[in-house]
Amino acid sequence: MNTGQWLGLVTGVFFGFLLQKGRVLRFDKQIGAMLLKDMTIFKFMLSAILVGMVGILLLSDFEIITLSHKPMNVGAVLLGGALFGVGWAIMGFCPGTSLGALGEGRWHAVFAIIGMVVGAALYAELYPFFKSTVLAWKDFGKIGLPEALGISPWVIVPIFWAGIITLFFWFERKKL
Amino acid sequence: MKWKTDDGGWSPYLAGALLGLLAIASVLATTQLMGKTSYLGASTTFVRAAGLIEGTLSPDHVATNMYYSETKVRVDWQFMLVVGIVLGAFLSSITDKSFKLEGVPPTWEERFGPSVGIRAFGAFAGGIIAMVGARLADGCPSGHGLSGMMQLSASSFVALIMFFGIGVLVAHTVYGRRAS
Repeated sequence: MNTGQWLGLVTGVFFGFLLQKGRVLRFDKQIGAMLLKDMTIFKFMLSAILVGMVGILLLSDFEIITLSHKPMNVGAVLLGGALFGVGWAIMGFCPGTSLGALGEGRWHAVFAIIGMVVGAALYAELYPFFKSTVLAWKDFGKIGLPEALGISPWVIVPIFWAGIITLFFWFERKKL
Repeated sequence: MKWKTDDGGWSPYLAGALLGLLAIASVLATTQLMGKTSYLGASTTFVRAAGLIEGTLSPDHVATNMYYSETKVRVDWQFMLVVGIVLGAFLSSITDKSFKLEGVPPTWEERFGPSVGIRAFGAFAGGIIAMVGARLADGCPSGHGLSGMMQLSASSFVALIMFFGIGVLVAHTVYGRRAS
């Protein structure tokens, strides 16, 4: 294995370990969030975002790393996001957590994983069609929210933090 | 606030914050060791896995497919990251005794009964739909939800709202009623 593969493997082990310790791999946690009964996955995910955001934006400001935005392609993000939501609710896993769920013994995740590999193969066949239709509607390119709004990221970060911390207090008060 | 959950897990706030630190360490490490910043993600690996499997049956088809050519079918950093997730979850669950063989999850069973076949069909069909959506949107809750949000990507805010908004609607429709 090359350096990149080793690095990926080691990072993945830590990633999987934390996903499991946070108890976010389970079908019931994911569906619990969608039924608005158990916000564990959001507490986990939003905490990661709050911490990661500060470090990544700082490293980018100092030009140590480069940001890599995904394209704001309107049709793709809206339709793709909606399709993902439908599949996520039925499957009860997302791509990353399906693998972790398998690791902690929830072997029905195998069927989700096989389905997702088939879905990826299907997308590879449908790609020319999507490229000439949905993907061709309107693409704003690889933009960040700061550029889109014309303000500094360091104005957005504290507002985001304040909003999410408020949400956390609300989760705890409602015992979600 | 408790640091441990009743079943021996960690507070999701603590585990999540540590994942945030891992994400920072990971962008630094990939930039330094591989020369290019890579962000945590998972769904592209399913395309590469599909391409590798299809390649054993029909290499010409994979070689000429536009999407596989653009994605570059190979075992790369993210592919091994996804493999690592299985190992990490296994190690964590074995050491804190939360490893459990499960064929049908409780919430599913309450609605659709104990049949593994029905659960397998749901997981399979849901997987197909979700992955077509993730590739179209160019990310999943890892790539958009974590990495995109950390960078304040405009598309990730929209994607995450769609993922969850539609997920809430469909979950209430599918699991809202209880099996009699």
